[in-house]
Amino acid sequence: MKLLVCISQTPDTTANISFKDNNTAFNPDGVQFIMNPYDEWYALVRALELKEAVGQGTVTILNVGPATNDVVIRKGLAIGADDAVRIDTEATSANYVAKQIAEYAKDKGYDAIFFGKETIDFNGAIVPSMVAEYLDLPFVSLAQHMDVNGNTATLKRDIEGGVEVLSVDFPFVLSAAKGLAEQRIPNMKGIMMSRRKPLNVVAAVDVPNTVEVVHFETPPAKSAVKLIDPDNMDELVNLLHNEAKVI
Amino acid sequence: MILIYAESPDGQLKKVALEAVTYGAKLASAMGTTCAALTIGTVADAGSLGKYGAGKVYNIAGEDVDNQNIAKAVADVAEKIGAEVVVMPFTSTGKSIQGRVAAILNAGVVSGVSALPDLSNGFVVRKPVFSGKAFADTKITSEKKVLSLMGNAIPLEELGAAVDVETIDIDLAPCKVKRLSVEKQAGGIPLPEAELVVSGGRGLKGPENWNVLLELAEALGASTACSRPVADMDWRPHHEHVGQTGIAIRPNLYIAMGISGAIQHLAGVNNSKTIVVINKDPEAPFFKAADYGVVGDLFEVVPKLTEAVKRLKA
Repeated sequence: MKLLVCISQTPDTTANISFKDNNTAFNPDGVQFIMNPYDEWYALVRALELKEAVGQGTVTILNVGPATNDVVIRKGLAIGADDAVRIDTEATSANYVAKQIAEYAKDKGYDAIFFGKETIDFNGAIVPSMVAEYLDLPFVSLAQHMDVNGNTATLKRDIEGGVEVLSVDFPFVLSAAKGLAEQRIPNMKGIMMSRRKPLNVVAAVDVPNTVEVVHFETPPAKSAVKLIDPDNMDELVNLLHNEAKVI
Repeated sequence: MILIYAESPDGQLKKVALEAVTYGAKLASAMGTTCAALTIGTVADAGSLGKYGAGKVYNIAGEDVDNQNIAKAVADVAEKIGAEVVVMPFTSTGKSIQGRVAAILNAGVVSGVSALPDLSNGFVVRKPVFSGKAFADTKITSEKKVLSLMGNAIPLEELGAAVDVETIDIDLAPCKVKRLSVEKQAGGIPLPEAELVVSGGRGLKGPENWNVLLELAEALGASTACSRPVADMDWRPHHEHVGQTGIAIRPNLYIAMGISGAIQHLAGVNNSKTIVVINKDPEAPFFKAADYGVVGDLFEVVPKLTEAVKRLKA
C-alpha cells in the first residue's frame, strides 16, 4: 500500500481570530498553529492503520506551505508517517493547492490519497474533490468508517439524516470525518525517529489564482444575554414569539 | 445564465435545494440574466422549482450516480447552456462535487456562502470562516464561477410559477463508487435543514433523562441535537452531534440545555439566529453567546417551558 496523506496547518481550535492590513489578512501574532484536526486525528491515523493491517507499504505526508510548516509536518512523522514532502509555497486558494497536490501525485502511483473533510480555518471542503477530478480518481467524502478487503474498500459516510454505505476499488481519494480513526499521541520513540525521517522540499508549479479574500470581518459582538426568571417561561416564549420572531 | 444543481436525495427536493434556486434566481436578476435548475434521476415535483425562481428546469435521466458522474453532468449542462455561475447546496453532495465541477469548468469556487454576491466591484461573495468566528468576503476573478450555499442562509421565496421539466440528453458515465445501502435516522428533519433545534449536554446526566428534552422538541416541532461528550458516551446517536467535529448548523432558534458552551461547541452553532441557554451555572461560558438565558435547574425549567410553548400553540 502506497498512501498519501495531505495535511494543512491551521490556527489552534481555541485561537483568538484577528486580522491585519486593514482586515485583508489573517493576523498570526500570538496564534498557536496546529495540524488540521481532521487531517491528524482521522486521515493520517486511518492511513497508518491501513498500512499496518496490510503489513507493508508507505505513508507519505504532503503539505503545501512555507518552511514554518515543518513543525507540524514533523509531528505527522512522529505519529508514524514514513516520510514527508513539502511543496514550498504559500497555500493561497483551494484550486492553487489542489493543482500542486495533483501535479506532485499524478505519476507516483498512490493507492489512496487521504484528506481531512475540511480545514478548520477556511471550512472549504473543496480541495479533496478537486484533486480527485484532476487525477481522474473516484472520491468518497466525509468517510467515518472504512473496511478494506483486497482491492475494495467499503466506507460509511455521513449524509444529511443518516449514513451511506459505499464501495470503491483502489485507487481513490477520501476525506475523513470524525469516527474514521482514533487520535494517536506521538511517543518519545516516534518523536526521536521523526527527526531522521526524510522531509523533501519540492518547488511549486505556476497556477494562476482566481479567488482571493478581499476583506475579513468578525461578527458584531453579541449584546448582553437577556436573563429570564426561571419561574416565568411564558415570558421567554413571548420573547421568542414576538421579539425574536422565531417560533 | 445561472445554473443551479437541485440535488434530490431519494428523489425528493430538499429545502436546501429550493433555497439554492431562490438564491440563483436573485443572483440572475442582479446580473441581468436568467436561471435554470438541473435535476438528475426521477425527482418528485421537479417542475415546482419554477415557483422558487427557476426559469427552466432540466432533468437528466439515470439513477446510477456518484459524485464523479454528477459533477461531469453538471459541468456539461453548464457548458451547454452557457452558464457563468453554477450554484449548488453546501451539503454532503455539494462537498463531494463542488471541487470537481470547478476543476472541469476552470472556475473559481467559493464554498458555504451565506449571502448574495456584491457585484458593485467585481464579484465578491461572503462566507463564514474560522468555524463561524469570522466572515471572508471573497472575490472571484475567473469568467466562470461555482458557489455552494449554506443551509438556512436565505429565506425561501416564491418568485414564479411551476414550469414544465425539459429532458436534457446527456449520458451519465458509469459509476466508480457504488452505493450499497443507506442507514436512515428515524423521523425528524435532518439537522442541517432544521429551523428549530433543541440540544442537550452532560447536564442531562444520562440518556434516560432525555424525555424532558424530547417533549420540548415535540411541542416546538424542533429537531434534536447534542454536545460532543453526549455523543461520545453514546447517550445519543452521532449524527446529533453539533460542534467543531460534528456538524455546523445555523437554525433560527437553538435552545441549549445542560451545555457549558466550550469554544468547540460554539463553533458549530454560533451562526444560529437566536440562541437560548438553560444552565444552572450562571458562569457557563455559553451565556456570553446567548440571546436569552435561564439560570436554573433544567429539570425544573424545561417542563415549564414546554407547557408555555403548548399554551402559545393552543
